[in-house]
Amino acid sequence: MKKLTECKKGSSCTVIKLHASGPLKQRLLSFGMMKGVRIELLEYSATKSTVEIKVGKMRIALRKEEAELIEVEINE
Amino acid sequence: MNKIKIALVGQPNVGKSMLINSISNAHLHVGNFTGVTVEKTAVMFEFQGYKFTVIDLPGTYAFTDYSIEERVTHDYLCNEEYDLILNVVDATNLEKNLQLTAELMTMSKKIVLAINMMDEADAEGIAIDGQYLSELTGLPVAKVSAVARTGLEEMLYLAIKTHKASQQELKLIFSEALEEEITTIKAYLDRHKFKASISNRNIAINLLQKEKKTYRTLHDNPIWIELQPLLVEADKHVSLHHNSDDIKEVFAEEYLAFNRGIIAETVKAENTEIKLSMTEKIDRILIHPVFGIPIFLFFMWGLFQLTFEVGSIPMEWIDGFFSWFGELIGSSISNADVRSLVVDGIISGVGAVVLFIPNIVILFIGIALLESTGYMSRVAFLLDGFFHKFGLHGQSFIPLVTGFGCSIPAYMSARVLKNDRDRLLTLFIIGFMSCGARLPVYVLFAGAFFSEHHAGNILFAIYIGGALIGLAAAKVLRMTAFKGLDEPFVMEMPKYRLPALKLIWHTVKTKTWMYLKKAGTFIAAASMLVWFLSNYPHNAALEASYASQIESVGEEKASVLRNTLKVELLEQSYLGRIGKFIEPVFTPLGFDWKMAVALQAGLAAKEVVVSTLGVLYALGDKVDAENSGLMKVISKNIPFPSAVAFIVVIMIYLPCLAASVVFTKEAGGIKYFFYLFALTTIVAYVLAFVAYRLTLLIV
Repeated sequence: MKKLTECKKGSSCTVIKLHASGPLKQRLLSFGMMKGVRIELLEYSATKSTVEIKVGKMRIALRKEEAELIEVEINE
Repeated sequence: MNKIKIALVGQPNVGKSMLINSISNAHLHVGNFTGVTVEKTAVMFEFQGYKFTVIDLPGTYAFTDYSIEERVTHDYLCNEEYDLILNVVDATNLEKNLQLTAELMTMSKKIVLAINMMDEADAEGIAIDGQYLSELTGLPVAKVSAVARTGLEEMLYLAIKTHKASQQELKLIFSEALEEEITTIKAYLDRHKFKASISNRNIAINLLQKEKKTYRTLHDNPIWIELQPLLVEADKHVSLHHNSDDIKEVFAEEYLAFNRGIIAETVKAENTEIKLSMTEKIDRILIHPVFGIPIFLFFMWGLFQLTFEVGSIPMEWIDGFFSWFGELIGSSISNADVRSLVVDGIISGVGAVVLFIPNIVILFIGIALLESTGYMSRVAFLLDGFFHKFGLHGQSFIPLVTGFGCSIPAYMSARVLKNDRDRLLTLFIIGFMSCGARLPVYVLFAGAFFSEHHAGNILFAIYIGGALIGLAAAKVLRMTAFKGLDEPFVMEMPKYRLPALKLIWHTVKTKTWMYLKKAGTFIAAASMLVWFLSNYPHNAALEASYASQIESVGEEKASVLRNTLKVELLEQSYLGRIGKFIEPVFTPLGFDWKMAVALQAGLAAKEVVVSTLGVLYALGDKVDAENSGLMKVISKNIPFPSAVAFIVVIMIYLPCLAASVVFTKEAGGIKYFFYLFALTTIVAYVLAFVAYRLTLLIV
């Protein structure tokens, strides 16, 4: 199982499963993050504590703790 | 006249406020509903013989009730009376925006879809077939641009037409598996002739979505007995089909599939990558792992400089105006008590509030710029890592830094924090950032006890020390009073946009006016109270005895006597009596009653500490921090350990009256003021005591 935080900057991946629950899961879903959706990894902050991703046309900032709850498959 | 009440709904950043500004044009009539933090705004205007009321609801990504904004919108849409929903979507990002639209479509309310930002879509080469979109979904579609002011009238005509129409046929189509279950449940409801204000199909959808209100209603109906097993079966089937037992996830996937279908049919996009990469190019610099933070610090420094350097110019004029005005009014009042109340109480109190207007205006413009350009979320992205360690949010940075200038705009700028707990925590910490008004006190004491060479370093240490204590306090508060799970940090990084000047002007104007109106009345009242406490009771005998003495001596001695009179009057005033009364409390910190009174006077405004010390140590009224006479007197009269403890108290204790009032307003209740009072007093007292004892040991 690979986490979103294991992706390299500039790479892309596909969501396999959301391991979040409650409000966080709802928030992820409302941002269009659900299984089968392609995510592009745009940038990490200096200490890797936050990450910027792109889902569809939307850029989203996530904290590391939240990003780790997204299981992905890295695209070739 | 016919009336139409419209609920304006949309995801954040789709230009709802701009749209509301554009349609209502100059006939803007803004009224604020009272809400704890998030306010919904009503705008009234007339069009084609109809009286429109548009309720601007907070932006929400999904129809849920987790965050406050979402709850405001959710509750309004579910419980209030309105004629139709005007759903605003961003033409350049339909896929994401239609998720909310699809959810709204299950509500059995009349909806008009306004596709906003058509000008941007055109520029990006996105063509939308509105007619076909309308045919596919059953939604009346208006293509508009709030910025370019196109399509606005057509949108209003469409609203009137939809309002007049009896029923709206919406076509929201789900996957086969889900449709099958919907049909089964609907058929069951139809068979039992179940009738409600919403269609049976929508009831079926709501039941499958596990919508609480629908469940509650049907639960009390006899048909529930047979309906329940039907629902259990349907739920199992749907979960199996979607390989998920989370019905919210199932529906999100369903909506997305539906929306993708619609978009594939109606949207033709050409070279969409060009404009998008523009934002990404800027981001490459602004959120660069190495340069991002320095660039941000530079912007903040600039804003800070503007706020307090440029802002100080009109401040001088305002100050001058109020002292001129005070004298003018004062000279026309013969009764001394009334004159003192009007001039020293009301005019100077209100003047103190108005004085901050330039600061607040500049700061609000700055914040509005940060927010409307899309830079604010980048800031949170950059700083969240650091602030999260202390239990704060990335966006707490802006109010905290502002706090070094003046706490009042800082409290108000804490509104950038959307989560209530983060915002409250930040409000409590702002006071630890030493504001500009405390500087004179620091300068005075640093100058009194340290050589000029060291004084600068001491000042710096005081500021940094305050900030560190603040961060530590944040951590402690987070682990105690504000305990709980961290607010997830999942945030949209919007496209960079040039700010709309009109909207910024409008925001700044409204906020400034609210500050004047709210804070002005309270602060005027409170400063009258402080004036009263420090001026009463009068002691005619004391004044008379001094008056005769003053007459009999020369001019030089007279000024000394006048000062002594002032000290004695202050000593026997209510404020002085309180000072005397609480003196024992301050004895462990090494303070005498004069220092205690000066601290209390500082509750009115921190600058007053210096002038009060001046009065109390009988130097005259006109003293400032650079006054070397006062420095000498202080270094002679106040032991060094007491001075250290005094500085610690100044650093930490309750912010000035004006700031406390604003704090109470922003926090949303008087109880928070008492919490702040308790927090700052306890921390200040304990740390001052420790500092006093330690210095006693060392010196």
